[in-house]
Amino acid sequence: MAEGQEKAAPRTDKGLMGVVNWFDDRFPLMETWNYHMARYWAPKNFNFWYYFGVLSMVVLVIQLLTGLWLTMSYVPSGEGAFASVEYIMRDVEYGWLLRYLHSTGASAFFVVVYLHMFRGMMYGSYRKPRELLWLIGMAIFVALMAEGFFGYLLPWGNMSYWGAQVIVSLVGAIPVIGPDLMEWVRGDFLMSGITLNRFFALHVIALPLVLVMLVFVHIVALHHVGSNNPDGVEIKKNKDANGIPVDGIPFHPYYTIGHDLPAIVMFLILFCLVVFYAPEMGGYFLEKPNFEMADPLKTPDHIAPVWYYTPFYAMLRAATYPLFGIPAKFWGFVVMAGAIVVPAVLPWLDRSPVKSMRYKGMISKAMLGLFVICFFILGYLGTIAPSPEATLLAQICTAIYFAYFVLMPWYTRVEKTKPVPDRVTT
Amino acid sequence: MSSSESATGGTNSEPQPSSIETTGFNKQRRYFLIGASAAVGGVGIGFAAVPFVASWSPSAKARALGAPVTLDISKLRPGEMLGPTPAWRGQPIFVVNRQPDALERLEAPNDDLADPDSDNGEMQPEYAQNPWRSKRPEIGVYIGLCTHLGCSPKPFFAVEPEPFDANWQGGFFCPCHGSRFDMAGRVVKGVPAPDNLPVPPYRFVSDTVLIIGEDEGSA
Amino acid sequence: MMKSRNLTRRTLRTITALVTLILAPTIFAAAASNYPMEPITPNLRDQPSLQNGWALYMNYCIGCHSLKHQRYERTADDLGIPHEIVLENLVFTGQKIGEQMTTAMDPTLAKQWFGAPPPDLTMVARVRGTEWLYNYLKTFYLDESRPLGANNKIFANVGMPNVLQELQGIQTSECIQMPKIAENGGEMRDPLVPGQVITEERCGQLVLQEGTGLMSAEEFDHAMYDLTNFLYYVGEPSRLERHRIGVYVILFLIILYVLTFLLAREFQKDVKH
Repeated sequence: MAEGQEKAAPRTDKGLMGVVNWFDDRFPLMETWNYHMARYWAPKNFNFWYYFGVLSMVVLVIQLLTGLWLTMSYVPSGEGAFASVEYIMRDVEYGWLLRYLHSTGASAFFVVVYLHMFRGMMYGSYRKPRELLWLIGMAIFVALMAEGFFGYLLPWGNMSYWGAQVIVSLVGAIPVIGPDLMEWVRGDFLMSGITLNRFFALHVIALPLVLVMLVFVHIVALHHVGSNNPDGVEIKKNKDANGIPVDGIPFHPYYTIGHDLPAIVMFLILFCLVVFYAPEMGGYFLEKPNFEMADPLKTPDHIAPVWYYTPFYAMLRAATYPLFGIPAKFWGFVVMAGAIVVPAVLPWLDRSPVKSMRYKGMISKAMLGLFVICFFILGYLGTIAPSPEATLLAQICTAIYFAYFVLMPWYTRVEKTKPVPDRVTT
Repeated sequence: MSSSESATGGTNSEPQPSSIETTGFNKQRRYFLIGASAAVGGVGIGFAAVPFVASWSPSAKARALGAPVTLDISKLRPGEMLGPTPAWRGQPIFVVNRQPDALERLEAPNDDLADPDSDNGEMQPEYAQNPWRSKRPEIGVYIGLCTHLGCSPKPFFAVEPEPFDANWQGGFFCPCHGSRFDMAGRVVKGVPAPDNLPVPPYRFVSDTVLIIGEDEGSA
Repeated sequence: MMKSRNLTRRTLRTITALVTLILAPTIFAAAASNYPMEPITPNLRDQPSLQNGWALYMNYCIGCHSLKHQRYERTADDLGIPHEIVLENLVFTGQKIGEQMTTAMDPTLAKQWFGAPPPDLTMVARVRGTEWLYNYLKTFYLDESRPLGANNKIFANVGMPNVLQELQGIQTSECIQMPKIAENGGEMRDPLVPGQVITEERCGQLVLQEGTGLMSAEEFDHAMYDLTNFLYYVGEPSRLERHRIGVYVILFLIILYVLTFLLAREFQKDVKH
């Protein structure tokens, strides 16, 4: 083995390269660096939509750091939680900044993840051979929703309390075992400090671990199959004499520095504008009733989840008919859960001969447009008090939301597509 | 480093992708921009660390709990010690009332002490830099934490042979690592503790009431 | 053709109606009571106002309503009042400067008297908003039908006595003649008698009995502005610092953006298209 290494290309064991070589003899340092960075060939036609993957990682780091620091001053108990948040806001030096970074980070996480998912839907990034990559991404999305839900209870404000009460009550909608299951989840006969303690454990240990591991696996899978691009062209099909894709460029430095770095700084500018000048975001990021301590006897006048759950919340409320002898409450749960996980089957619903929306037909474009519009409308409807008209509109939008998926095998096959170029376009 | 190297094709002898042309660029401009971005970015990371570091310093709550403590010493008799109490900043405070013979021993030159004249200004306020290390000769106020590793020393005020010192002249002995201090909290040579026992800021409100944690300067 | 155009128009009208109906609840939800609200703009840089607000709070409110998350020391420093003055004039509980502003009231007794212990008001401005607070403070009135003899226009059937009456004077809710308001928002005038305002009887209007309080109406408005301003401060004491630091952070990031943007473009030059 030692002989084999000596025969390799001449190497300098001086200065920085000496240190790198020392590690390289004991750990695949350069190999890993090259595989994931310097010699990871990424299509050269990435555009605006390709910022949101790296931005998700940036927000993840912000959340992990500020979250870790918040736990240093937070008290996870029914008696102490609310006061400890105000302790952080007032008595801990820069505690207010750490808290606003974390609360704004939660919303920012969903902004970038939703845009990242939309990119995948638009350019067919879920198509073969990236089905597993997409599934891992969906798992991240579901874990993120759970993480956000558990975290939202921790300030122990009145909206935290009743919001969690409503969502936990959904479990009670499951036939037969529901009521017992609900008690088991809460560990009490109502939402209490006991529930808060277990949500805290899940929020700060279990789910962050799961999230970090899933993100790691997501990147491993991505670098194995290679990145998709706005044209949906497989760059690996067209390689030069050295085996390097002709349309591929090194991820580092051409995407790390040449594409992502200014985008990260621009994102931080927008992020800091919110943190420093609108941390409540008009009640959408931090809701007014949450500045009052949890009161099991007093529901806020109007309950709305945080904005990133409202599309699914609106779908939950849109289910108003009992079916097959099962109450509407349970169907609402089914519709909401279904809406969250249904994108997971996209790789098997899309039968189009092309991947990217650039070359798909009019029906696909119209359906995606309708889907996005409905998602926004549902998001708005989830924030307002229910009324017959709002419920009707939510039902229409829910139908379109699901139609986008259910009808996809049909409309992607019948529509006329445009020819896909051999090479990526610029 | 490696970014600029692989970007310029410098040390990387492996085949380069055909979509990359690394010969025609302005070296000076590129290296300047790399340096400037790295420098400004580094400063930014430094700034970003400030809230994380600062949030570890004592909070307003800790400072409120560590506020000056008022202490009535009217029941403190000569030759005795009040304490370890009260806990100013959570630390044990020793208040000793020394008798004339103890004061005489403190005033006499003593070669056994590491810092007999309290030259280390950090261990006591200026007004306690005297042979008794106190405002009033008979009343001494000390933070009862050994300057070695923070155990709390115990009072042994009687002048009599002790297991740890056959020629014991009265003072404090730390059971953890055997450091010895005299009646003014001055550390003896040749023990692990490097410094005299610290003197907190304090002032007398009346003959028998003192405030520990603030003095005339801070009030 | 005609028919289809009609159909489109009708569809459009239905959609408009639908949208209006959906938006309507949010519009009305904003104003839970019908009593007109006077707008207010808090000003955290107006230290005399904040100081006066704090003094009012400590004299009229802290007896029942704590500010238990906020410390005297922080407040004194932010409002520019020396600690001794605060301890002498504003702290009535013998507390130390570093302590939190708790109330001396026994919560069990309070529950007996008012049915529920008076809530802590540290964050009341964040929960209710400053406009609500200001108008709430001004619209207490005499109402013998209530157990504590007082009612409020903004918070109907509030379970609290009118502690500000000695300052404001006696206010009652009456039916009075008021100028009729035209559809365009102006006062309606009699077309036959020049300058004559047309009036109508409106009920539920607040009438202040002049001279019954220690303050004039204008002085009382100022005092309530100061009190609201103070509660706005207490709701988030680090707000000014946040705004101040934010400027530097954003400016710094803009510089960094320009540099990284130029750097990115520099690298993009290597890519052949």
